[in-house]
Amino acid sequence: MTATTTAPVASPEIRNPVRRPSARLRAWATRAPLLPALIFMIVVTQLPFVATLVISFFDWNSLYPDARHFTGVDNYREVVTDPDLRQSVWTTVLLTVAVVLASLVLGLVLALLLDRRFRGRGIVRTLLIAPFLVVPVAAALLWKHVLYNPEYGLFNGLLHYVGGPQPDWISNTPLLAVEASLVWQWTPFMMLILLAGLQSRDHEQIEAARVDGASDWQIFVHLTLPHLRRYLELGALLGSIYIVQNFDAVFTITSGGLGTANLPYTVYQSFYQAHENGLASAAGVLVVIGSIVIATFALRVVSSLFREEVSRA
Amino acid sequence: MSTIATRARRVRGKGAGLGLLAWLLGIAFFLPIAWMALTSFHSETDAATNPPSFAAALTLDGYREFFGAGGGASPWPALINSTVASVASTLLVLLLAFPAAYALSINRVRKWTDVLFFFLSTKMLPAVAGLLPIYLFAKNAGMLDNIWLLVILYTSMNLPIAVWMMQSFLAEIPVAVIEAAKVDGARLPTILARVVAPISLPGIAATALICFIFSWNELLFARVLTGVVAETAPVFLTGFITSQGLFLAKVCAASLVISLPVLAAGFAAQDKLVQGLSLGAVK
Repeated sequence: MTATTTAPVASPEIRNPVRRPSARLRAWATRAPLLPALIFMIVVTQLPFVATLVISFFDWNSLYPDARHFTGVDNYREVVTDPDLRQSVWTTVLLTVAVVLASLVLGLVLALLLDRRFRGRGIVRTLLIAPFLVVPVAAALLWKHVLYNPEYGLFNGLLHYVGGPQPDWISNTPLLAVEASLVWQWTPFMMLILLAGLQSRDHEQIEAARVDGASDWQIFVHLTLPHLRRYLELGALLGSIYIVQNFDAVFTITSGGLGTANLPYTVYQSFYQAHENGLASAAGVLVVIGSIVIATFALRVVSSLFREEVSRA
Repeated sequence: MSTIATRARRVRGKGAGLGLLAWLLGIAFFLPIAWMALTSFHSETDAATNPPSFAAALTLDGYREFFGAGGGASPWPALINSTVASVASTLLVLLLAFPAAYALSINRVRKWTDVLFFFLSTKMLPAVAGLLPIYLFAKNAGMLDNIWLLVILYTSMNLPIAVWMMQSFLAEIPVAVIEAAKVDGARLPTILARVVAPISLPGIAATALICFIFSWNELLFARVLTGVVAETAPVFLTGFITSQGLFLAKVCAASLVISLPVLAAGFAAQDKLVQGLSLGAVK
């Protein structure tokens, strides 16, 4: 949004300032292939958001359509002061931060392990990618019924063999239960990005450092981590964008109960079940504001990576 | 000499240890999926035991149940809907993204990076932000429970990723190749079809697979906007959310069958997956 780059673009208008009409024609010929995609995106994504913004200023319950009226920022005030909704804002932050950090750290460990040569590396990589490729609802069902179930779940089954306790995971630690399933799904994504980062390292530089007597740890802290910084940021920000919006896991594992309702689930519930259109829209707009904060950073990171690539080309 | 030999041995020993650790972690991450697969081949009574039964007899009952043998709802309409929605929206995405990528990488429009970032910024607009107006529109236009509405929404969901990915693939085509075709008198459609498309085919295929995966996985829009007729596979799966143990094998069979297209597509696009998911920023 704020990112502008000044890549030298040979524009027909500059190249040929005299023959104006044909230059304009040619500029349009250049633009034409772009327009269908651009117009499609504006109509399908921007217009509904503008409508959400407008609805967010109305008191509008779809069960009482005649009582619809303009209320200014009342919906926002309610979203911010309602303890349930405030709780869901907090839950969203907690869920996103915990899942992104944990999957990033685990992903880094796995990427470092996979960056080395060992027998069966390709197989291990394939095993590790698999969790990311299970349909999210299916993954959430797997955790809810097959792993967490206190009576016949795998976790308590394995605990049974070592004589451990038999906790009811989802009831005891509901948010942690949702987070664990998401960490399992998102760690492979982080691993893939960080592995790409590791493989783009300058190996001569590392060799030189090693010849100079640097230890593995020193090489990791002073060469690898600085090089990976951009990739860590990219993983964190893309992960955040997806996890802030998570609906599938919350909906499936706890149905938003036990303090696990995040903002997307709350928005869904307030218009789909409570029919509060105005309130849902205000909550939706708040999700967007939160995303814009993340997105501003994300775009900066992506654009810096991107610029590096353009200058390399 | 001897110190070098011991150092080499120690390094090799550590390498083997770390390789083993990688194997253990890989197996740990895959274990839930392996367990789900095993459970899907158990009878319902064997599936719901504590401690778990590793050696129980294998049966296809879970799959038979899933496909409706027990009188439950047949998953076929949902699977067909998902296929239609995913394939149609993927084709539409390619149709829109390919020319756009051409205008952003080969015959570049002015301020092409700004346009590229506009596409990316739409990806950061959360789905819930537009859900209600889309629902109200669909309701008034009589388009609720209509698979083609999902096709349009999935297209908008995947188009930014596709434009970014394809842009990065097309930018790799040497300008000389296109110039040569122009000198030979080829016009734009010919250049696109005969020069650009063949070179970028692997990239187009990877883009298509990623769009397919995201469409197939989508739940929120499908849940809100479809009902009986246009129900997709993930919505069908939500029917199992509250099943209390009696159908564990069936749940596992259903989850696996519905994940299978994505697993296959994902493994096929493994190398391109990261590039696509990171919007072409990481190679």
